[in-house]
Amino acid sequence: MKLTTLALAATLAAGSLFTASAALAQAKVQFFPSLTGRTGPVAPNATPFANGYADYMKLVNARGGINGVQTLVEECETAYATDRGVECYERLKGKHGGATVFQPLSTGITFALTEKIPNDKIPMITSGYGRSDSQDGGVFKWNFPLIGHYWVAGDTVLQHIAKKEGGWDKLRGKKIAVVYHDSPFGKELLPIIQERQKMHGFEIQLLPVPAPGVEQKAIWLQVRQQRPDFVVMQTWGVMTATAIKEAIATGYPREKMFGTWWSGAEPDLKDIGAAAKGYSAVMMQHGAEPQSAVVKEILDKVHAKGQGTGPKEEVGDVLYMRGVVGAMLAVEGVRAAQERYGKGKHMTGEQARWGYENLDLTQAKLDALGFKGVMRPVSTSCFDHMGSAWARVHTWDGAKFTWASDWLQADEQIIKPMVRASAEKYGNEKKLQRRASADCQS
Amino acid sequence: MIYRENGQFKTSYRADQQIFPITQDRIAIAALLLFAVVGVPLLADEYLFRAILIPFLILALAALGLNILVGYCGQISLGTGAFMAVGAYAAYNFFVRIQGMPLIVALLLGGLCATVVGVLFGIPSLRIKGLYLAVATLAAQFFTDWAFLRISWFTNNSSSGSVSVSNLSFLGLPISSPLSKYLFCLAILVVFAWLAKNLVRGHIGREWMAIRDMDVAAAVIGIRPVYAKLTAFAVSSFIVGVAGGLWGFVHLGSWEPAAFSIDRSFQLLFMIIIGGLGSIMGAFFGAAFIVILPIFLNRALPALGDLIGVEISTAAVAHSELMIFGALIVFFLIVEPHGLARLWSTAKEKMRLWPFPH
Repeated sequence: MKLTTLALAATLAAGSLFTASAALAQAKVQFFPSLTGRTGPVAPNATPFANGYADYMKLVNARGGINGVQTLVEECETAYATDRGVECYERLKGKHGGATVFQPLSTGITFALTEKIPNDKIPMITSGYGRSDSQDGGVFKWNFPLIGHYWVAGDTVLQHIAKKEGGWDKLRGKKIAVVYHDSPFGKELLPIIQERQKMHGFEIQLLPVPAPGVEQKAIWLQVRQQRPDFVVMQTWGVMTATAIKEAIATGYPREKMFGTWWSGAEPDLKDIGAAAKGYSAVMMQHGAEPQSAVVKEILDKVHAKGQGTGPKEEVGDVLYMRGVVGAMLAVEGVRAAQERYGKGKHMTGEQARWGYENLDLTQAKLDALGFKGVMRPVSTSCFDHMGSAWARVHTWDGAKFTWASDWLQADEQIIKPMVRASAEKYGNEKKLQRRASADCQS
Repeated sequence: MIYRENGQFKTSYRADQQIFPITQDRIAIAALLLFAVVGVPLLADEYLFRAILIPFLILALAALGLNILVGYCGQISLGTGAFMAVGAYAAYNFFVRIQGMPLIVALLLGGLCATVVGVLFGIPSLRIKGLYLAVATLAAQFFTDWAFLRISWFTNNSSSGSVSVSNLSFLGLPISSPLSKYLFCLAILVVFAWLAKNLVRGHIGREWMAIRDMDVAAAVIGIRPVYAKLTAFAVSSFIVGVAGGLWGFVHLGSWEPAAFSIDRSFQLLFMIIIGGLGSIMGAFFGAAFIVILPIFLNRALPALGDLIGVEISTAAVAHSELMIFGALIVFFLIVEPHGLARLWSTAKEKMRLWPFPH
């Protein structure tokens, strides 16, 4: 009896699900799937990202959609696990008229999906993470590490350190420890650090932290013994807060600790507060932007109407902004595609891909969208899927982040050959042909 | 009434010793296989293949391998993830480093490497037993995690430590569509399940079970514990290694050591405990329970919420998925401590007597 009721309920539920999606398909919607990490080891950091992503999509709808096409977000929880991420991808890719673009917010999931997206013809934005070599659009046709990747982060953080010291030559003989998440995510940072090491003759000390990273006593004991001049952190989730707490416990000065954008947000430092003062992190373009026009508009048009996702106080925080910027890039790519394939029309993943590849966000466009002071121009092409290599460093003053550097630009002279070599290697392993320039027009 | 062996007389030893002595069983299995090969491809869509059926088949294979070791030979192992990792990475190296290496050969060689590692880490089982052995096999887990993260040769010097494969084919047929992947996994699973079933009914299986039930008594009646335990480790890790190769090659396509973490070992151990220790069927039930139920819950809860007009947030769904899943594990273990396979055989017993229970 009970079982039959349950089965009946399940069937009914499934039925209503189908009708709901069918009804939506009739209205013009552009579907943006959202792979979230609201639970699991990265929940404190991935939650604001998902909230920002959802809120900006709501704002786009409040502004009248993408030339009239409404956006639709459906979330799927991955808990930062690769196999669940793959399941979510399979679940969402065909829904609501087809997924426009995926943003997995996990390097592990990015690696797995990189193998799948070319067959399904769905682009993937990995803004600030994923494969650094996917900047090379000649090999990675469907990947878009927009506005920076790990190598940009690594290069700019070293530039910042060098500037503080008074030039690259001052780094010779200095020791830099790299504390990193012991996974592809953490290791992706290393090639650029090693490249710079060869050029400038500093020493590096590699300190891998096994995931999820709540146990770091041994690592910080090593830091204490070796006394490196600087510590660069490539950590994510609970790992960052733990690292800073351990640094405090071992008495390592926070002023000499630098994180990448993954390791420099409020959830990492809020609970430590004043003790973490002086800790810095390199940000791909934006930081915490509570004063920006887009945040005010979100508060005004989304949260004021009671439609906000997540707590109002977090709107404008670093990772919330990351979600907002991710959503903005996803939407603007579709808008660019509409210019070519028809304004006010639903774009397929393949058409959206063209949009991401021909993205040209000038400062004027960004300012109009409310990103004045938040971002610098982004311009992608067939062979550069990144579009911008700007970064800034911000420092924790005990309660909030303040900018500690001017705009820094990663050295493309160093990164481009590395990207190309790594992409070539990938292409050879996969027996992929580099895209011909004719393909760039398609 | 229908499920009854009355009147099925066996006139030869051969007939008496076949895998499924009851005609109805044979028909049922044949029908099931036919459905899996013909029916499922007609009914299932891409999502079902890629997200549910393929992981289910591969993990059922791994659970089958583990069940030989834990369920049949009584050697508790927490190193399953490690043996899967060895299988996957070894297969990867054979596949990438040797030009023209066929997929199936690479997978089997990966399984052989897992066998060697499995036997190596099985040696302590000769001295330590039970929970202590479980702790010793954990060493395998930590060792392989370390090896595949640190020794870059294993990952073909990939800078990120993540490896990927593509252009899979079997006998000239490409294995890229969901259907071909499903059929490939199904074929391997059927072959291994058939081999495993025969092994455990044979003299070696009886040796394993004797060791499991009482190793001193088994030694007294002339069973060599060294041989019995190490063969169990070898057979088990071979199957687990092949499953690991499939998980990496066919399911993920690109993987890192985290895909074979300690969580995977626990997951597989729970599968066989819930499914039924010492039962080939149990591996399938357990894999279905652990692979499919969470995904089902994850999808059904928002749908149920819609039905009563409540929007359940993504986080709430994820949390309640874990809670309901945990509660169901406890429920099944209380109702039937011997696993779902025992429920199945009880049901079969009842079927035999039906409709006259006395």
